[in-house]
Amino acid sequence: MTLTIDHVTREFVSNVGEKVTALDDINLVIGDEEFICFLGPSGCGKTTLLRIIAGLDRATSGKAVHDDHEIREPDPKMAMIFQEYSLYPWRNVLENVVFGLELRGIAKDARIRDAEQYLDLVGLEGFARSYPYELSGGMRQRVAVARALAVEPSVLLMDEPFGALDAQTRNMMQKELLRIWDKTRKSIIFVTHSVDEAVYLADRIVVFTPRPGRIKEIIPIGLPRPRDRTSSEFASIRRYVLDLIDEKENPSKI
Amino acid sequence: MKRYLKYALPIILIFAWELVAILVNNEFILPRVESVVMVLLQPFDDLFGSGSLVENAFMSIYRVVTGFLLGACVAIPLGILMGRMGWINDAVDPILQILRPIPPIAWIPLALAWFKIGFGSIVFIIFIGAFFPVLLNTIDGVKRVNKTWIEIAQIFGATDLQLLAKVIVPASLPTIWTGLRVGFGIAWMSVVAAEMLPGTTSGLGYLILYAYNFGQIQVIVAGMIVIGLIGLCIDYLLKRVETKKFHWQGMDR
Ligand SMILES: Nc1ncnc2c1ncn2[C@@H]1O[C@H](COP(=O)(O)OP(=O)(O)OP(=O)(O)O)[C@@H](O)[C@H]1O
Ligand SMILES: [Mg+2]
Repeated sequence: MTLTIDHVTREFVSNVGEKVTALDDINLVIGDEEFICFLGPSGCGKTTLLRIIAGLDRATSGKAVHDDHEIREPDPKMAMIFQEYSLYPWRNVLENVVFGLELRGIAKDARIRDAEQYLDLVGLEGFARSYPYELSGGMRQRVAVARALAVEPSVLLMDEPFGALDAQTRNMMQKELLRIWDKTRKSIIFVTHSVDEAVYLADRIVVFTPRPGRIKEIIPIGLPRPRDRTSSEFASIRRYVLDLIDEKENPSKI
Repeated sequence: MKRYLKYALPIILIFAWELVAILVNNEFILPRVESVVMVLLQPFDDLFGSGSLVENAFMSIYRVVTGFLLGACVAIPLGILMGRMGWINDAVDPILQILRPIPPIAWIPLALAWFKIGFGSIVFIIFIGAFFPVLLNTIDGVKRVNKTWIEIAQIFGATDLQLLAKVIVPASLPTIWTGLRVGFGIAWMSVVAAEMLPGTTSGLGYLILYAYNFGQIQVIVAGMIVIGLIGLCIDYLLKRVETKKFHWQGMDR
């Protein structure tokens, strides 16, 4: 699996008719089983780029290519996890997890078997019949992860999936996600604006600058996993990334 | 104490009614409670050759259900189309805004001109009564379906039909259901009014109007009570479905 972002630019026209450049000439190649984090402040185009990769939006110019074909519409090899409203509230947990399989016409017995297996994987065996409103935020995101994995995608797109969780739950979910990633070996593109989260998770961090959204720097993180947040190496990488982000928020040019 | 309050007022009202009825002492103005109860206790008895309470109630229910289902069957698909496709909405909305404030009763003369006196014109009036609330709620419900829910399905590769059946309809069903409840309420009011048309020979509306000609005020009151109770029962049933099926509503995060 290779995902190539090739000179992608995305412009929006705002309500008052002004042109907003959300993404400006983005180039990026993502390989098999890679864990990539998109990091940057609000409004720098992270979601926009993820949506283009997902086939939910089109680049104004340039293209996103998955293996050998240009992404023009949602691609069955990709699954996405949203920050909010990620589950169907009228379906219980199991019905949510089978959703993608149901759309693909998998027989009922088979899809339930698959779904149960993924519910196990995310640690929600006992909650198949619960409704989303009966679950905590962390549990709901686990269900969303199970639903995404159930269709066996090769790329998992995650848009601030843990953004609404408290710090403790968030740390636990990060650990869980790495475990699941290790087991299933997908490529993951994970959007966040937490430096700590990016340094903890990523193989490579793609740092964006805001307005227009450009790639400022791509930082490979060589630290072995599991990573220790309290280690000095972790701290120095975090420091480096933070400085990188601060730099653009206080531009030195006059 | 508070729990019994809602029973207390009706009981007081019944006593007050009885008291006033005794003071008025004229069955043609205000019948005694017991004469109304007598009518209600013999729901299968023929009333002055116009059929029994039950027969006429069933006639009204039959008409209202026919008109209501027809209205819903047109309003729901149209509402989904209008909610999903801006251009259809833009095209139809002006007509809708003009027709909407016209009360169902105002359609009676046209209904008579088009369908003659009888089943057809009554059903048409009920259709009009049910149509607008169902349509407006369907449009509203469909428009407000969370965009993320739609995109999730698109990413999983949903076809348009799957999107409709598995996301749009279930997500907007609670709002559509509210429209059905309101629509049924209006349909039920409309049927009673429509049955008062000259030439009608059955239904609760007919019965209470006809009873007036015979000076049977107790039958009028009994008929009104039956009308109220049937409306209440049906709304209760629709509401029960709502609390059972749409328990997730308002809890979506
Ligand atoms: N549909 C749209 N119409 C107009 N402008 C848009 C649209 N979507 C995004 N934008 C603009 O594009 C820019 C990037 O938005 P985007 O949502 O990608 O940012 P983001 O990095 O995901 O921010 P956040 O961290 O807050 O989620 C913003 O300036 C936004 O106003
Ligand atoms: Mg975003």
